[in-house]
Formats: sequence, structure tokens, C-alpha cells
Amino acid sequence: MMGFQPVVLWTDLLLFGLLGCILLAAWSARRSEPMRAAWGRVGASGVGMTSLTLLLIFVLVGLVDSLHYRERLAPAGVAAAETKPQLSTDVRSALDALAEPLRTRVEKTYSAPLAWQLFARQTVEGKDGSQHREFPRLKYGGAGLQYPEQDLAGDVAGRIATGLAAAAGVWLVLAGAVVGLVARSRRVPFGAGWRAVWRGKGGLAWRAMLLTLAGVLLLVGPVTALATEYHVFGTDKVGQDVLFLTLKSIRTALVIGTLTTLVTLPLAVALGIVAGYLGGWVDDVIQYVYTVLNSIPGVLLIAAAVLMMQVVIDTHPQWFETAAERADARLLALCLILGMTSWTGLCRLLRGETLKLRELEYVQAARAFGVSTTRILARHVLPNLMHLVLIALVMDFSGLVLAEAVLSYVGIGVDPNTISFGTMINAARMELAREPMVWWSLVAAFIFMFVLVLAANLFADVVRDAFDPRAS
Amino acid sequence: MFAYIVRRLLYAPLILIGVNLLTFALFFVVNTPDDMARMQLGAKRVTPEAIERWKVERGYDKPLLFDGAAEGAQKLTNTIFFEKSLRMFVFDFGRADDGRDIANELTTRMGPSLAIALPTFVLGLFVTVCFALLLVFFRASYLDFWGVVLCVAMMSISGLFYIIGGQWLVSKVWHLVPISGYGAGLDAGRFLVLPVVIGVIAGIGGSARWYRTIFLEEAGKDYVRTARAKGLSELQALFRHVLKNAMIPILTGVVVVIPSLFMGSLIYESFFGIPGLGSYTIDAINSQDFPVVRAMVFIGSLLYIVGLILTDLSYTLVDPRVRLE
Repeated sequence: MMGFQPVVLWTDLLLFGLLGCILLAAWSARRSEPMRAAWGRVGASGVGMTSLTLLLIFVLVGLVDSLHYRERLAPAGVAAAETKPQLSTDVRSALDALAEPLRTRVEKTYSAPLAWQLFARQTVEGKDGSQHREFPRLKYGGAGLQYPEQDLAGDVAGRIATGLAAAAGVWLVLAGAVVGLVARSRRVPFGAGWRAVWRGKGGLAWRAMLLTLAGVLLLVGPVTALATEYHVFGTDKVGQDVLFLTLKSIRTALVIGTLTTLVTLPLAVALGIVAGYLGGWVDDVIQYVYTVLNSIPGVLLIAAAVLMMQVVIDTHPQWFETAAERADARLLALCLILGMTSWTGLCRLLRGETLKLRELEYVQAARAFGVSTTRILARHVLPNLMHLVLIALVMDFSGLVLAEAVLSYVGIGVDPNTISFGTMINAARMELAREPMVWWSLVAAFIFMFVLVLAANLFADVVRDAFDPRAS
Repeated sequence: MFAYIVRRLLYAPLILIGVNLLTFALFFVVNTPDDMARMQLGAKRVTPEAIERWKVERGYDKPLLFDGAAEGAQKLTNTIFFEKSLRMFVFDFGRADDGRDIANELTTRMGPSLAIALPTFVLGLFVTVCFALLLVFFRASYLDFWGVVLCVAMMSISGLFYIIGGQWLVSKVWHLVPISGYGAGLDAGRFLVLPVVIGVIAGIGGSARWYRTIFLEEAGKDYVRTARAKGLSELQALFRHVLKNAMIPILTGVVVVIPSLFMGSLIYESFFGIPGLGSYTIDAINSQDFPVVRAMVFIGSLLYIVGLILTDLSYTLVDPRVRLE
């Protein structure tokens, strides 16, 4: 029997931990009136909910890709049944299992999107032993077609139609559920609930969410229907499906965009508040530290740290059981390094705000009553800085996702075996010089990255507008 | 003001020492020279003799911070920290792993770096300020709205896309300029046009949006209303009053990067094959040439500190109310 054993990589643990923290924070924020009002403004914003829906879809893909396991190998022979079952050295994720056909149907080399032939001519031996050069048929892409020249367009159109129909069905079910919920919470009949949703009276911007969902489903449906038979985004140099690679890249981008904050946040908040509130030599020391860190050009500091970390990983192969754990360690280390180099901006901002807060009457009053410093910081200063922290976190995310691509290009990003937008772009870059050009992996990586970053940027704007007290 | 500048100048070496300590810790304490030798020599089973030879050749066979065996001042000077880190203060960077003199490379490669970085910076600043002023001029109209949307979309596109897309379109499809390379003298011009234009376009999104918020804040102030009330046209009010007064927040972000232009751009120089300091750095990173990386870190932080001091000075120039004390 094939079984499996769950594997928890460090980044998985931290990613799910972070998710738990966010849910916990959301739960506790429910009680705070200003927080509820601010999130209410985010929820009522069409742009905000559109971008949030897109982000949540990305997060869902990333989380599914973070459930890792190792397969148990089938024991060889009868005697082996008694021994400890052997584990495969391949660490897979739930996404790999879901997209099993995409992962396993590997062609020889490049093939264009929806192609049934390889992209390059190869020498093929005919039945009579003669050799001629032609575009060989793909092993998997369009393999079901008997006469691909004539049947391809019809088959693709049929699949798109099926996909669209399925998407419409799923959307109707989801929309029905949402409208039903809104109708129930407002205690009105279904039709009135539908009108409330459509006119934006459901509390949240449901209409924007449902429209976004419709748009996404209209793309996902046909792509899924096509992906069972074709390589929708083509294949790369070693014949891997580009659609699969882009889906896997999402997790890497999310990990870098979110886990980095685990380092930035504590450092920036603790040091910024302490420096601003205490002043004196503490302030001098902290300012000195961040001026030093700031003065080193970012890329160089990251490069130096990554190079050194690579030496550590290379000289201690015994720490890692599988290649995935090694790549994961490098990914985590990259997050830590990015965090170490990027906390200074937020720290300076928080220090400046604390300097202002320190002089306010209620803080002065608390100090006059003899409240301890830690308590003042925790109860009176920190809560009034949280909006800045939140805005900075959301704003940083898109920058980090973009930075990963550049760093991977420079050679100081993720492990070359980790699938990420950066490694995809890096691998595809060379192929632009080919004639005719291999453009699909680049375009796929750039489009996915663009949608993710655009959604993050738009969401960050909405969050900033909702939380910044200076905004009207 | 003089006293302030002197104090800032005295603070600079302190920062540089901090930078040096940090890089020293990264390069020599996290990994011992032995680790580095083993990695550079490549093979898993290198002999101790080979490691020793590698260290002697590069001067890594000395103690890290303190040499107990040496005499007098040599106790401190005959160490890796003194030889490799402190000597940078007199611009003695030693030799790269390929044996070339680093200081010499720096001076010859500075030119090409500046040739691409300076035009990109000046043109970029001009274009983004104009674009931001245009958006403010048409504020609260459809033009403004779609302009901001365009900015957000442009800042969401990866910088690599601009480069790759630009190279493909301009050089491969239109055959206007060579795809990459560099020439001596005026010949360099045709190689520089594309990277400069792409650099300017890639930078518009983020900065124009930021300048727009600054200008908008300034344009809502009372003195601008007075200016309009006394009969100035909207354009005059924008250029004569808003632009001048919005200079302070813009200067903070802009002046500090001017000295760093010498460092060039890693990505652009490597994509366009320009033999400047950026591509030098990227080559050093890829070949794990640590002396070069250390030298670039030092130069980079030195230029940043110069930039900070220049920023302070520029404040007093544009705003007489600011007095440095």
C-alpha cells in the first residue's frame, strides 16, 4: 500500500503560524471600534475587495502548495514488509498531487502553448529506416488527437466551451450562496438579497467580489479543461509544463513577501519605539545601528549575507535530509536576510512617531501617575502606531515579490532548484535570442507576477486610505 | 552650520567603522577562511596543504583580530582585520581573486557607470516631476485618475520586464540600436540610449505617484490660493510656488542617491553589457570574488554617507528657514 508521511518544512510552519496570528489578530480586532470601522471601510471598497479576492486566491494556491509530504515507497519483496518502510527522497506538496498530470507529463523540450508538436526540429527515423527532420509530435500535448492539423481548433474550442460552462455553474452556486447568506443576515427574501448585493448594500462590496470571482473563473475554467490535454502555457527547456511552474512560483513569492516581515516587524517595532521613547544614549545606539545598515547598498549587503549563508549550507550537508529541505533552508535564510536589511525604514518611521506621541498629554499623564515604562509603551504608544505598522507591512509585500525576481537574476536569490518567478525569468531570458522566439515562460511569469503585485499594491492603497488618520 | 558639518564629518568614519566591522564579521567570522578556501577550491576532499597555500596566497593566514605572537604594534596590524578591512580607509583595496588591482578597476569602470547612471537620473527626475505636475494640473479629473492608475500599473511591473521587453522591441523588432555593448568616446551614445530610456520609463510609476501626493498637499495650502487669487495662472502657481516649496521632501529622496550614481546599476549594466562598476559587482558576486564585494560595500557606504551630508546641506540652500545646528 502506498502511504505517505507528512513533512513540515520550516517555511510551512512559519507560513501557517503567520496565518494563525493573522486570524487571531483579526479576532481580537473585532472588539476594537476604530479597527472595525477601518476594516469596514476596506470591506466597502470595490477596489479593495477585488484585490483582496485575487490575493486570497493566490494565498490559497500558496497554502495548498505548503502541505508537504513524502511518499512511502512500495517495499520490494516479502522480506521487506517487516522492515521500516522506505520514504521517497522527493518532497511533494498537496498542489503537486492535485496537479499530478501537469507535473508528470514532461515533454522532451520546448513546445509552444497548446501545441501538439515540439518546438524544434528533430531527426526522426521513419518506418523504412530513412531519416528525416521534422517537428515530432508531443508525447502528451494533444496526444488524443488523431489528425491534429484539422482537429486542434475544434477540440480547443470544445474544451473552452466546457470550461466556460463549468465556470458559470460554479459561479452561480457561489453567488447563490453569497446572496443567500446576505439575504438571511438581512432577513429579506432571496430576490431582495440579490438586489442588496447588486446595489452594494450588503455591508461588504459583494458585487466587486462576485465580479472578480466571475472573471477568475472564466479564465480558470477553460484553462483547467485545456490543461488535461494540452500544455496551456507551453513547456520549458526540459519539457516541464509552464503552467505548473507558475503555480509553484506563487508559494515562493508569498513566502518571501510575508515571512520577511517576521524579522522586520519585531526589530522595527521594538527598536523604533524604544529609541523614540527613551531617547538619550539608547536612541544614539539604535540610530547608529540603522545608519550603518542603511549605508550599505541593499543589494550588496544581501549579496554578502547570501554568499556567506551559502557557504554555511554547503559546508554542513548533514543538516538536511532532502534536497527540498536544503532549498527550503536557503529560502528561509533569504527571508531572514531580506528582513535584516529592510527593517530600518519602518524603524525610523516608528521612532519619529513615538517622539511625537511621547509629548502628548495622555502619555504625560500616564507617566505622572507612575505607570511603568513597559506598560506605557504597550498600552499607550504601541496601539497608536499599529496603523503605521499595518500599512508598512502591506506596502512592503509587493516590493519584496518584485525584489525576489531581481535577486534571483543576480544569483543571490532562492536556490536554483526552487521554482520561483525569478528562476523562471532567469531561465527563459536566454531563449529570447532564439529564432523564432520562445516567449511563453517569460510572459507567463511576468503576467502572474504583475497580477499578484498589482493586487497587493491596490490592496495596500485601500488599507492605507482606510487606516491613515490623515486621510479624510 | 560649520560646526554641524564638522560633526557630521566626524560621524562618518564612525559609520564606516561600523560597516567594516559588519562586513568583517560576515566574511571572516561567520565562515572561517578555511571554509572559504574549501569552497573556492571546490573539491570535497582538498588537502590541508592546498588550503594553507590558498590562504597564504591571499593573506588570509593571519589571526583575525589580534596576533599574540607578534611584536609591539604588529600585534594589531599583522591581522586580517587590519590588512583587509582597515586598509580600505586609505583606499587600498588590495587585489581581486584574478590578481588585478581593485582600485585601478574602480577608476577605469567609474566612467561607463556614470555615463548611464547620470543621464538616467537627470532625465528620470525631469520626466517624473513633469508628469506629476501634469497630474496635479488636471487634478480631480479623469486624466488624473487614469494617470494614477497608470502609475500603479507601471510600478507593479517587474523591472526585468521593462529591460527584456525594451531590448526585444527596440533592438530585435525595430533594429534601432544595438542590443548590448559599449564603445569608446562618442560611439558609446548609441549603446546608452536604450538603457537610459528604459531606466527612465521603469522609474516613472513609483516616483510620479509619490511626487503627485507631495505636490497635491502643497497645492492645497493657503499661499497657493493667494497666488491664484492675485491673478497668477494655474501653471505659474504650480511652477513658481508649488514646485519650489515641494522641493524639501523631494530633495530628501533625491540628493542622497547622487553620489551613489558612481556605483552604477547592477541589473542595467549586466543586461546591456556596459563595463561599469555595476557589472563588475555582479561578476564578483557570481564568481564569489570576496575582496571585490568587500571593496564595493565600503565604497557604497562611503558614497551614501556623502549623500546624507549633501542632503543636509541642500536643505539650507532651498529653505532658508532650515538651520543646521
